[in-house]
Amino acid sequence: MSTTVDKPIYNDEIVKLFTLATVFWGVVGFSVGLFIALQLAFPGLNFGEYLTFGRLRPLHTSAVIFAFGGNALFASSYHAVQRTCRTRLWGDRWAMFTFWGYQLFIVIAAIGYVTGVTQGKEYAEPEWYADLWLTFVWVAYLIVFLMTLKNRKEPHIYVANWFFLAFIITVAVLHLANNVAIPVGLDTAKSYPLWGGVQSAMIQWWYGHNAVGFFLTAGFLGIMYYFIPKRANRPIYSYRLSIIHFWSLIFIYIWAGPHHLQYTALPDWAQTLGATFSIMLWMPSWGGMINGMMTLSGAWDKLRTDPVLRFMIISLAFYGMSTFEGPLMAIKTVNALSHYTDWTIGHVHSGALGWVAFVTFGAVYHLVPVLWKKKELYSLKLVNTHLWISTIGIVVYISAMWVSGIMQGLMWRSYDDMGFLEFSFVETVLAMHPFYVIRAFGGFLFVVGALIMVYNLYKTIKDVPSVDGVKEAV
Amino acid sequence: MLSKHAIFEKNSIFMLLGIIIMISVGGIIEIVPLFRIETTIEPVKGVRPYTPLELVGYNIYLREGCYNCHSQQIRPLRDEVERYGHYSLAAESMYDHPFQWGSKRTGPDLARVGKKYSNEWHVQHMIDPRSVVKESIMPGYPWLMKPLSYKDVADRMRALKVVGVPYSESTKEYEANVKRFGEDIAKKLDILHAEENLLAQAKAGNYDGNPEDITEMDALVAYLQLLGTMVDFSKFDEGHFADFR
Repeated sequence: MSTTVDKPIYNDEIVKLFTLATVFWGVVGFSVGLFIALQLAFPGLNFGEYLTFGRLRPLHTSAVIFAFGGNALFASSYHAVQRTCRTRLWGDRWAMFTFWGYQLFIVIAAIGYVTGVTQGKEYAEPEWYADLWLTFVWVAYLIVFLMTLKNRKEPHIYVANWFFLAFIITVAVLHLANNVAIPVGLDTAKSYPLWGGVQSAMIQWWYGHNAVGFFLTAGFLGIMYYFIPKRANRPIYSYRLSIIHFWSLIFIYIWAGPHHLQYTALPDWAQTLGATFSIMLWMPSWGGMINGMMTLSGAWDKLRTDPVLRFMIISLAFYGMSTFEGPLMAIKTVNALSHYTDWTIGHVHSGALGWVAFVTFGAVYHLVPVLWKKKELYSLKLVNTHLWISTIGIVVYISAMWVSGIMQGLMWRSYDDMGFLEFSFVETVLAMHPFYVIRAFGGFLFVVGALIMVYNLYKTIKDVPSVDGVKEAV
Repeated sequence: MLSKHAIFEKNSIFMLLGIIIMISVGGIIEIVPLFRIETTIEPVKGVRPYTPLELVGYNIYLREGCYNCHSQQIRPLRDEVERYGHYSLAAESMYDHPFQWGSKRTGPDLARVGKKYSNEWHVQHMIDPRSVVKESIMPGYPWLMKPLSYKDVADRMRALKVVGVPYSESTKEYEANVKRFGEDIAKKLDILHAEENLLAQAKAGNYDGNPEDITEMDALVAYLQLLGTMVDFSKFDEGHFADFR
């Protein structure tokens, strides 16, 4: 049997485009994050009408989650689904439409943020016309992915694709249900959501938490399940564990939203359900971490020699840490202290920087030589430099937020001997200042790391000699 | 048992359906009852939709992304009730599409900021926060002194009416509002007189200290001064609202 006949011609061009977009939007998203961190430390940096913190913060969150994270998911899912199904990605034109359609969505949304066009819902700021456009793009994504699965030459659907599929379909459901809105007029940008008050809060956080659960977790676990075994050249540690933690993760995650609404006017029964399921979520989350890390059993020595694999394994460590911290913060008494403070911001960033960005960096470092048919990366040393600068940046960032968050929470509830509140609000703001400066420094290190990656990838594509007929196993 | 899993692994449509069933359960159980159970939102006297001017102010609040740093949700914790006032009731945000409870207090909670400070304080604070509160890290919003665009306010009220906010267009709807909110309020909720009501409130309220021009500041301050003032808590026994939590 000739291997040349068997080997399909993969659609690598589309993966290349999404990979470049991932890197581009990553740098944009991290830089805007650094800028708004500086705005909190030095409010004089709020220039004019379009660049205030209130308008740039949604730009930062969306650029990182949807532009950087979204493009990373497109790139890796399109790459992995072809290899694991041993078939070319279905529908070249459809795939191309998802690329340009998704970039257009990002640009439309970003223009809306700075010009003040917003639905006023966190992580769901884009207005009705952008939401409608994204719906088309997303349906095309689902079709391309499903049709590729259908064309597969392998009898089984590989575990990474379960996660990608769960991510695509659930994000579609969340997006549609949370964004039902009535436009003020078809010629205006403004709309009003169908849901109001308490119901709007519950649906928003059902959406918001599962943007974390399915966009930033299930999708990125898909990346993990393809790239870690591939990079380590080992099979996944436990097939049973994959099955159990996949179904339990997607079943339990969807319940966790109300932990964002503890002690609010949301009915108590819903808050209690949310908290309970958040704690239960700990185990399926760690199932993924254990399965990924243990994949290295028998190959731990590779961590010494391969900084790309190191990125992936450290990302799992951060994933494990933040999925332990999350259930902890969902406990009502802890939430009473942590909610509304920087602790939440720190928690989000240990997940977004430590887990999402690190596993993406690992995947991108692996992908670029494969896609551009290069022998190796330009410099593994620079990968290592990137790794440590970024890791230090993250640790500085989250430590600063732990201290400032817990401190602010304690100051708010502190009483003096006479039984009066000890601190005015603005005294707590003043106390945050040093930590906001430290946090911005942590963010700065992270941006520097990302720029080192850009240089390394540029040199890889430009200067490293090509290898024709790179052999690639499934 | 795990061998049965091949059913999903070998058929992408079964896998898809399995996923949809698994993710539907939690959402349905947590969300659907909120629309069915009467105690989700207890009826409270005094809560009403925004007047046209307040509505435009609410939109400016959204536009500037105030929710990124300010919550509007006081929790029933001793220190919060002492710092901000009575804990928030579900009814108080029932006409907000969307809710503005927020998730972060980089600045203080605003659920009951209404009438705590004078109009002049708010105007000065918006234009230059640090001239009023030295340690503040809030951005300044001097451009809010520009003329307010309010031509679409009736359209906005119509859209909100579609999603369930009781603004009135017909006589019947108006009469229903008179019964529910009293005549004074019902007049302000009438879509047919939206613009004149907006102008009248801005002139009478003089929120921005400049009676000549109707500015964005008028609308925003009108909104802020309303926050948390709709329910008169002195009229209720202590603990009255505990039953609703």
